[in-house]
Amino acid sequence: MRSTHLATLTITALAGSALLALAATRPPAAGTISGTVTFTGTPPKMKPIDMAKEPSCAKQHATPVMTENVVTGPNNSVQWAVVYVESAEAGGAAATEAARYDQKGCQYIPHVAVLQVNQPLDIYNDDQTSHNIHPLATVNPEWNKSQPPGAPPIHATYAKPEFIPVKCNVHPWMHGYFVVLNTSHYAVTGEDGAFSLKGLPPGKYTVTAWHEKFGKQSQEVTVGTGETPPVKFVFKALPY
Amino acid sequence: MKLQTQWAALGFGLLTLSLAGTVAAQQVKVGNLTGDAAAGKKEYRRYCIGCHGPNGDGTGENAQWIDPKPRDFVAASFKCRSTPTGTLPTSTDLFNAMTRGFVNTNMPSWLPLPAQTRANLVAYIETFSPRWKTQGSGTPITIPAEPAADIQSILRGRATFQKLECWKCHGTTGHGDGPSASTLTDSKDNPIRPFNFSVATRFKCGATNADLYRIFMTGVDGTPMPSFADQLQPNEAWDLVHFLRTLEPLETPEAGIWNAWLPAHEKELQPLGEQGQ
Repeated sequence: MRSTHLATLTITALAGSALLALAATRPPAAGTISGTVTFTGTPPKMKPIDMAKEPSCAKQHATPVMTENVVTGPNNSVQWAVVYVESAEAGGAAATEAARYDQKGCQYIPHVAVLQVNQPLDIYNDDQTSHNIHPLATVNPEWNKSQPPGAPPIHATYAKPEFIPVKCNVHPWMHGYFVVLNTSHYAVTGEDGAFSLKGLPPGKYTVTAWHEKFGKQSQEVTVGTGETPPVKFVFKALPY
Repeated sequence: MKLQTQWAALGFGLLTLSLAGTVAAQQVKVGNLTGDAAAGKKEYRRYCIGCHGPNGDGTGENAQWIDPKPRDFVAASFKCRSTPTGTLPTSTDLFNAMTRGFVNTNMPSWLPLPAQTRANLVAYIETFSPRWKTQGSGTPITIPAEPAADIQSILRGRATFQKLECWKCHGTTGHGDGPSASTLTDSKDNPIRPFNFSVATRFKCGATNADLYRIFMTGVDGTPMPSFADQLQPNEAWDLVHFLRTLEPLETPEAGIWNAWLPAHEKELQPLGEQGQ
């Protein structure tokens, strides 16, 4: 009947608007630490890589690729910084999905691969030339394997946290990193230097930013029930 | 003996035993010998410490003057192994390396030391890295019997040398002058040269065909030389060994076969290196 319909409609409308109001005033996702990694000063200039010794790779790049040890972006942002939560024991979910590392155009893609301890890693050679994959571990065992074109992926795991430089001896310009962490709360900054660590229960955390040239910086961050203020890491850059 | 003295003697005996236990109570087996780390420690301080250092990390006082640098036993990445890349050698591997010495380096052959002394040193060396206890030695690779060398084997080995791009470091004639040779560095960033087959020197890890087989099937850890174990079947590996022997100015059976065959067939050969790609 009309009055019942009207009543139902009103109640629904009221409930709906109440929900909307609630959503509007609910604080942004708690349990997230986000921020940026930037630099002050003058960073070293990246240099173009001469791949003339490997024509099959040189021709894959219309313009020479640049070295990647210090990659910066707009607003003094730092790329390839790894930001993570320090934890004495493994924090967060264990990783079962394999991470992937490609040798393509005689470069390592991604430049920095982050893994958790014991997470499987698959290494692919997408090039027409042989590479040798030589992770220079010191805490974990150091190994060195040849991977010709068309060879199946190489599978590796690392049992201990470590920052491992990776090189190819055949192509001396190739440099990368395996960053092995014992937490799932990590992020790698892109060109905008931004990072976001989600899903953190309330508490005090030591957050560390690592960069292959700039080193490490740590900050104590408290995650409460409300929004955590953005965390800024600023590295001092020198031109050499 | 009075009772008090007896008890004192027992107590003293127990104390001595427990103290001995704290100084590297470790023994390793090398063939029929049992090496003892505590005895090895004394001998290390006499023979090894000058180069390998009191902490076993290769920073002895002589290290600054020599190249290549002494082995870092703490990092425990060893060149000459019978075990796969990334794994520890066996105690026998260490014993053999110490006995043989390393040609073209400052590591002499320690054959003049009694075998028991060398075994003791192996036991002591295995105390520098915790990985000897946590991981232990790797499993030695299986080396199947070597097939007879013939020209077909050598030619297959030559094709493998080209396909696996060995020439990129070792050069097309094995002179160690390949396109990547001049930029090679070891795992501690020291410059290092690839093996030069044309100077007839012994390989780092021995002089026989089996030693050569083992070098590229286990890799030379700590150097740019990778393991090709995932890429080569055993018969392909033996073919490569036969070809590599033809690069050396030695009167080996393989060189004899190759030099007899070459004059009539040289023009048939595909070039090696970039031209052969």
